Amino acid sequence: MTIPNAPDWTAAAERCRNYRRRILDISQKISALHIAPAFSCLEIVDAIYNVLMPQDGPPDTFVMSKGHGVMAQYVVLEDRGVLSREDLDTYCTPNGRLGAHPDYGVPGIEASTGSLGHGLSIAAGMAYADRIRKVPRTTYVLLGDGEMQEGSVWEALMMAPNLKLSNLVAILDFNNYQGLGKTTQTHPHFLPMSEKVASFGWEAIDVDGHDTEALVNAVGNRQGDRPLFLTCTTVKGRGISYMIDAPIWHYRSPNRAEYALALKELGFELGP
Amino acid sequence: MRNTFASTFYEMATSDDRLVVVVADISPAGSIAQFRNEFPERFINTGVAEQVMIGLCAGMAQKGLRPFAYTIATFSVFRPYEMIRDDLCYQDLPVSIVGIGGGVSYSTLGSTHHAMEDVALMTGLPNMQVLAPCDPVETAAATRWLATKSQHPAYLRLGKAGEPDISSNAEEPWEFGRIRRLRRGRHTAFLSYGPILARLVTIADRMESCHGLSPTVINVSTLKPLDLDGIAKVLRSHEEVVVVEEHVPRGGLASYVKELAWDIRASCALKCFTLKDEFLHVYGAHEDLLSAHGLDSDNIAKALTIHG
Repeated sequence: MTIPNAPDWTAAAERCRNYRRRILDISQKISALHIAPAFSCLEIVDAIYNVLMPQDGPPDTFVMSKGHGVMAQYVVLEDRGVLSREDLDTYCTPNGRLGAHPDYGVPGIEASTGSLGHGLSIAAGMAYADRIRKVPRTTYVLLGDGEMQEGSVWEALMMAPNLKLSNLVAILDFNNYQGLGKTTQTHPHFLPMSEKVASFGWEAIDVDGHDTEALVNAVGNRQGDRPLFLTCTTVKGRGISYMIDAPIWHYRSPNRAEYALALKELGFELGP
Repeated sequence: MRNTFASTFYEMATSDDRLVVVVADISPAGSIAQFRNEFPERFINTGVAEQVMIGLCAGMAQKGLRPFAYTIATFSVFRPYEMIRDDLCYQDLPVSIVGIGGGVSYSTLGSTHHAMEDVALMTGLPNMQVLAPCDPVETAAATRWLATKSQHPAYLRLGKAGEPDISSNAEEPWEFGRIRRLRRGRHTAFLSYGPILARLVTIADRMESCHGLSPTVINVSTLKPLDLDGIAKVLRSHEEVVVVEEHVPRGGLASYVKELAWDIRASCALKCFTLKDEFLHVYGAHEDLLSAHGLDSDNIAKALTIHG
């Protein structure tokens, strides 16, 4: 597999800085959004859409299985012109069409998720259909680490190699946080993940989920004869110091002072 | 019914390469085995894994295929219910779920294998269509419709094998979303669906020979969308309406007919025969299970105003 573009890693970092700013701006109008889970997967979603997917012609498929991370997808889709500025400005309002979880039928949204444990099976079905219809397309699916506890995920992990889905790339946003604490503490024997998934027949690779170059190279350099499972070590709330290691930011919006501090940390001037 | 489904699916799928079947470790009946051999790419066995069966079907439908999920009714509905709700119904995809052994037809296997509440669960889902043919002839018609016309998720509730054809001579054709009169009569009307209709036809025959009075027999072969106008006409044109279904008392045809009767201020008598709201620890032939639930022919006939 070859990497489609000549990647500009500096530009990727700048895009992600602006995506974080956009999400923070929206948080000042609508409090119903998951900031920290979006910030942990932002480099991953950016890498999929802006580097790994073909930039001309029909796009690959991306399923946001950890549906609460969808803000990361919205800001990238806005940047790419799939969603409009008005779409994001009317997020979670009766005048708009974007909710706090992905809703199939909205442009760019490939599956309705929000309930965890659905996306990997759906993505496997998509990849299988592409294969038997001979459509040269890759299906990417992003999962959360808490989500890996759903039994349905393991049914899909079992089936994807059985179906020889070499056109399927599953990416785990391993930010090590779920509702009641750190995954490494609540479920210590569940980890590490890669060796378990590899034993199911996947090609499994570990990578830093905030290092776009490493992410892209891991996908680009895959063997490609099996489905790929990329475990991305990430930081929940990445980019904003006070959100890191603070579970409350899973679903809290910053107040005005916290917003100002966040912008400062990202290197933005606070406007008037 | 399962063999007719298999042969009809085979016939449709050989000419439409969008049709795929995903089974969960159930041995493919009749022609499905032939289909598997001829078109291995369009036959998937997930093994004992029903959640991924539904999820795979959803993803394939989103990429242009028309999948059928096929297993024993209980495992096709209860185990992956949230996948059916979110993946198929919320996303409104043309996936057909085929449940074999609706009701208590797996009569020796215990209640783990009895689909007694499936109609309530499936008709409760937005976008879901629910079809319950009464015999092999209707199974073929419903399967053809699902393969070619259906635009939404659907549940096809089938019996097992060996059901007699009772609709071949019906004066009205099978039509999705419409009730179908299998027998024209007066005073009393039976409303039912599925293989249990065969015994109502037998009761109707008996009543005609004994009393010269023959009940109307109506097949409600589409449970969602329900033919409310058609059922309202039956309620208005008969003195006594008897609903018989191999399903628990709540959420099935009996419930829907009672609701409708209230809405239209129906003046007929209304009697309902259903499975009990119980898990019976009874084993035997299908007939024995139905008797234990009070659904045997004699019990139904005895309760009618004019005895059969």
